[in-house]
Amino acid sequence: MSGALTTRRPSGAARTAGAGALTLALIAFSAACSSSGGGAGPPTGPIKIGISLSLTGDFSADGQAFDQGYKLWAAAVNASGGLLGRQVQLDIVNDASNPVQVATNYQKLISVDHDDLVFGPFSTSLTEASSKVVARYGYAFVEGAGGGPAVFAQGLDDVFDVSLPVANNLASFAKWIAALPASERPKTAAYATEDDPFTAPQLVIARNILEAAGVTTVYNQTYPSETTDYGPIATGIIGSHADIVLVGTLLPDVTAFIKQFVQQNYNPQALIATAGPDQGSQFIQNVGANHTQGIMVPNEWYPTSTATGNAAMVAAYLKAYGGNAQDISSDVAEAYSVGEVTAQAVTADKSLNQTALVAELHKGTFQTVQGPVAFDSTGQNTKAFAYIFQWQNGALVPFQPDAQNLLVPVSPATAPVLYPKPAW
Amino acid sequence: MGTELAKAVVDGVLTGGVYALMAAGLTLIFGVMDIINIAQGVMVVLGAYLSYTLQVHFGIEPFVGLLITIPVMFLLGVGIEWGFIRRLEPRDRTALSILVTFAVAIVIEGVLTQFYNADLRSVDGWYVQKSVHVFGFYLPYIYLFGFALAVVALSALYLFLYRTRTGHSIRASMQNRDGAQLVGIDIDRVSAITFGIGAAATAAGGMVYGATNTFNPDSGYDLISRLLVIVVLGGLGSVGGALVAAIIALVIEDVTAVLWSPVWASTMFFAVLVLVLLVRPNGLFGQKAVRAQ
Repeated sequence: MSGALTTRRPSGAARTAGAGALTLALIAFSAACSSSGGGAGPPTGPIKIGISLSLTGDFSADGQAFDQGYKLWAAAVNASGGLLGRQVQLDIVNDASNPVQVATNYQKLISVDHDDLVFGPFSTSLTEASSKVVARYGYAFVEGAGGGPAVFAQGLDDVFDVSLPVANNLASFAKWIAALPASERPKTAAYATEDDPFTAPQLVIARNILEAAGVTTVYNQTYPSETTDYGPIATGIIGSHADIVLVGTLLPDVTAFIKQFVQQNYNPQALIATAGPDQGSQFIQNVGANHTQGIMVPNEWYPTSTATGNAAMVAAYLKAYGGNAQDISSDVAEAYSVGEVTAQAVTADKSLNQTALVAELHKGTFQTVQGPVAFDSTGQNTKAFAYIFQWQNGALVPFQPDAQNLLVPVSPATAPVLYPKPAW
Repeated sequence: MGTELAKAVVDGVLTGGVYALMAAGLTLIFGVMDIINIAQGVMVVLGAYLSYTLQVHFGIEPFVGLLITIPVMFLLGVGIEWGFIRRLEPRDRTALSILVTFAVAIVIEGVLTQFYNADLRSVDGWYVQKSVHVFGFYLPYIYLFGFALAVVALSALYLFLYRTRTGHSIRASMQNRDGAQLVGIDIDRVSAITFGIGAAATAAGGMVYGATNTFNPDSGYDLISRLLVIVVLGGLGSVGGALVAAIIALVIEDVTAVLWSPVWASTMFFAVLVLVLLVRPNGLFGQKAVRAQ
């Protein structure tokens, strides 16, 4: 009797299935509404570009520079009439340098905000964390700071790094050391790196080259990227009395190392860091202008580069943010290049179709403020070239290897590389 | 290796003093008010920014600037206690304080980001990159001065707690909050002063932190986890315990990094923490020990 009077309630599984079906129906309806554009004819509104950036957290210094680069590119494109005749609008969200948040951000930018294009975040680790999510939706993922091997080892065909593949960043430095006359060549080297997919692979390749050249490894440590007390690592390097030091760092740790080296009166003949010294004024402010002399960093871009559009970008930067050209982080150029490559591919396709965009990116050659860009099947830039930069008298001076792998100044500079590095 | 080991111990002791300075306020606030100030790390960073601002924009030497930043942070602490902590229901105060102080941390971080953006900065001075050569060691002046500042500040705090009437009121509140109220102690006033002292300590700790590290507005989150671990090891509520625990923590980490690997430095410290808590659940100088003093 009671059964006849009681409305039968669905089981938990049935309720879940029902809710799932309703959700799918709503998503399908929402997608249909979105794709219809709300009316007939080509869309006329702005092209929305979704970007997740590390505006706070460990990568915030670089994330802010990327923010500047993307905004400069958008302003330049809009000033010249936009992309496909439409203005571009950046949809930038903060991932707080968090690999979970960055994946969530791109999922939202694509599936909820329905952005037309997406640009990459900062760092290899965050690009790796987000690229699978982007690939799931078939979007082209053009990025400027995911150059570590971990990104390309995923086998994705829609990731395109416009910058230098980082694994070989230190190779020209190591080959230069190996090519020095035996009387000048250092006997020992110390290596310390964050446990990070951007920094660690660079030191492995450099160490292999140097050990093959007879340079003995006297210190080699990897430390967690969460490390805040760098004192013991600096003590280890200093205690090794290495002739040269190679560190896999960002700005905070290379600053700490240099301060400790100065305090301990330790003067290696050469000191190179994967990143940090490329941060312009921030680097100078934190280590002191009188302690930058002779410090080296690999990179692809420099402010006075004659690459297409570079002078205009530098001028736009100085107009927007002030300072001087030496203050401009190379991150700005990397982000700017992402926009340039995407714009050229979209323009060639005359559409925002992601499949066509991926195909165009695979076959085209593009011009950027960092130089020409072309991609291999894994998305690595085959045209990129690593300069070695050295701080000399308050400026980063580019050097490139000659036929004997010795570092020579890039014209119009003529000053030779400072070796051994001057004492602090 | 012997020299490196000795250097690691010396570095650990000197750095530990600086961390004790930052953790002292945290443990004092917990001892009196039974609240965990999650904002302590961000307040240290705020202290660093104040010193940085005075130095860069007004040319005031960071140690001299403490004469300004300590009172400013004290008043800020009093304001936070009055504005947010005092209004919590006593019954749920410990739990709610975590949420409230976390919110305070986010607000401070947001304001700092607005004013200073996310660029990394550091406090400078002639002593930051110079050192004195003693017994074969180069001892950086900033760590020596920072340790000296920690000793002076913690001694002053100790004298204040044990030699002044307000200090007696604070200690009475630490031992028995209700009992202290019954004998006529103004608990609200004591709480405000305690939170102010806790915040004032971050001005000194922040200045040294800013001179020994690069920082930006969210550096406080790296700090707070370490500070919490130090006060738990030392015993919640014990200022002396914070000093001892900070030195132990930093020496263990530094020695492990030198002898073994930086990868295991934090792990080894946490292993020691667990062992200590198994034997002494209240930490090295937990509340029972404090009350017996």
